Amino acid sequence: MRLTILLASVAALALAGPSATTAQEPQPQQEEVVVDQGVLRPLPIAVVSFTGQNGAELSGVIRDDLRRSGYFEPLDPASFIETGLTLANAPNFPQWTSIGAQAVLYGEVTPRPDNRNDYGFRLYDPYRQCQLVAWKFTATPLQWRRIGHKIADLVYQRMTGESGFFDSRVVFVSESGTQLNRLSRLAISDQDGHDPVFLTQGDEIIMSPRFSMSDPNEITYVALGRDYSRIYLRNLQTGRTESLGEFDGQVLAPRFSNDGSKLAFSIIRGGNTDVYVMDLASRQLRRLTSDPGIDTSPSFSPDGSQIVFTSDRSGSARLYTMRADGSGQRPISRGGGIYTAPAWSPRGDLIAFTKQAGGRFSTGVMRTDGSGERILSSSYFEEGPSWAPNGRYIMFARQAPGGDTRLWTVDLSGRVVSQAGYPGRGSDPAWSPLLDEQPARLAATGPDACPT
Amino acid sequence: MMKPSNLLRLAAIGAAAAAFAACTPRPAADSPSGNDIPAADANPQYPGAGAGNVDGGALGAAAPGSEQDFVVNVGDRVYFDLDSYQVRPEAYPRLDAQVAWLQRYPNVTVRIEGNADERGTREYNLALGARRAESVRTYLVERGVNAARIDTISYGKERPIAAGSNEEAWARNRNAHTAIVSGAVR
Repeated sequence: MRLTILLASVAALALAGPSATTAQEPQPQQEEVVVDQGVLRPLPIAVVSFTGQNGAELSGVIRDDLRRSGYFEPLDPASFIETGLTLANAPNFPQWTSIGAQAVLYGEVTPRPDNRNDYGFRLYDPYRQCQLVAWKFTATPLQWRRIGHKIADLVYQRMTGESGFFDSRVVFVSESGTQLNRLSRLAISDQDGHDPVFLTQGDEIIMSPRFSMSDPNEITYVALGRDYSRIYLRNLQTGRTESLGEFDGQVLAPRFSNDGSKLAFSIIRGGNTDVYVMDLASRQLRRLTSDPGIDTSPSFSPDGSQIVFTSDRSGSARLYTMRADGSGQRPISRGGGIYTAPAWSPRGDLIAFTKQAGGRFSTGVMRTDGSGERILSSSYFEEGPSWAPNGRYIMFARQAPGGDTRLWTVDLSGRVVSQAGYPGRGSDPAWSPLLDEQPARLAATGPDACPT
Repeated sequence: MMKPSNLLRLAAIGAAAAAFAACTPRPAADSPSGNDIPAADANPQYPGAGAGNVDGGALGAAAPGSEQDFVVNVGDRVYFDLDSYQVRPEAYPRLDAQVAWLQRYPNVTVRIEGNADERGTREYNLALGARRAESVRTYLVERGVNAARIDTISYGKERPIAAGSNEEAWARNRNAHTAIVSGAVR
């Protein structure tokens, strides 16, 4: 069975996905299509524990990534019949089909003379009896967890036809303390919540961290003190942190253009919040909105030509788009309720948002012209969607009544809603781009390669 | 009336309890030196810590012109309706008193801090809080306070004053706080 078909059917079911939008007839006007829990069986996959240094733990990382994606069901290794599978062999296919494995992944970690390791693996389809991927990464022994994510990405990519997202990180605001005495610190962890590191000490309130989509080492965030607010630019590799500058007014809501050359943000002057854009090389500032309403939370389209933002100029907050020079401002959201915190998908096809209506908060998506609105997740309180690098998942912060705020993810079908890997309290998540390029030509070659 | 023997027995129990309490080691956090546990046989001194005369008198009023004077006798916070940044009529007397106080102490500078409840998204709430701060600033300036003495900032929903996720807490957290920056003693 091909998972691509599964994904396509989910997309069609949900009226989502770029292929669905371009290929189909225009959809009838639907304000709120609530996707309920569709019945879809995740694909059973056998992930055999790799041999060699940290091989077992690395395989655990792969299983956890694939399981959390919602589209795979890693089988219990205790059920495996064939043992001792090495890279020199192909699997004994009937022994895998007999336990229902639709795919078999196995590999080895082998030391090299340069003190690095080779992380080789093969992925087979035991029903069609052919090889899907054969690949080898080379990295230091300390990078085993990262390699686990990269292998999970290749499996996801080969099985779904979509690019992966596991080899990525999340910056967020870690919260501790009480409601009235909250300590907020900028933090970063792997996408699955592992290896969290605090980047600030807690003497300032941290808000709105964002990655540059062109460089996963560049972030921006807002620090709010007693009598100031600053936008910082920070390089995660060098630790170099600089203030964007002093402005006549309070700054908030920074976001990079996807090429990293510009920063859009808001300045509050005389109680009025407007959107500005700064060219980072020349530090030239340009004002994009000027009406007396609130205009904030700008987010660039991936090609940099447009910006979506929230504005209450018509009364209550709605989403608007404009060209990157501020021209052509027009409302796109159509439903009732309060629409804020828009985020343009890295694929360019959708805009995610937070919607407040009927005493509840929801995370939803709409096309860039405002049509096809779908609510993916609703709860007592949730806010601040951020896209996974492949544009198929959204991370956001969810708070229970009177309770703590934690990071959650939802997939585009709305079927896979779960708490993100980071177990602590956090808000304002921002997902990084992939940490480096994935190989494009993945399909196995050789006599037993699966036809593509 | 209690017999002397009973009194003696009670006293003995009390002494045993005191000795037991004295023997109980304190948690490590309270005794970093690990060496401040009193000896079990330590004999209490008389007169002890509770002895001596007690003085009293009326609590002193806040010094006029002090920050405390402003907070206690004028009021440093006004509240707003849901989704509103209009100053409520019932807030006028307090803001009028702020104007009078600020005119009486012309060296004082203030910062109006706008706040929002937790039922909104973070960035949008910053913008909402800024409007509340600006409403109060405008009120004070229109009634004669020099605009140069007033700064504003919005904390959005980041600095609540009332805990809890209920209407009462949210109503308290929708406010503008007039904080004294300089020109007054605490």
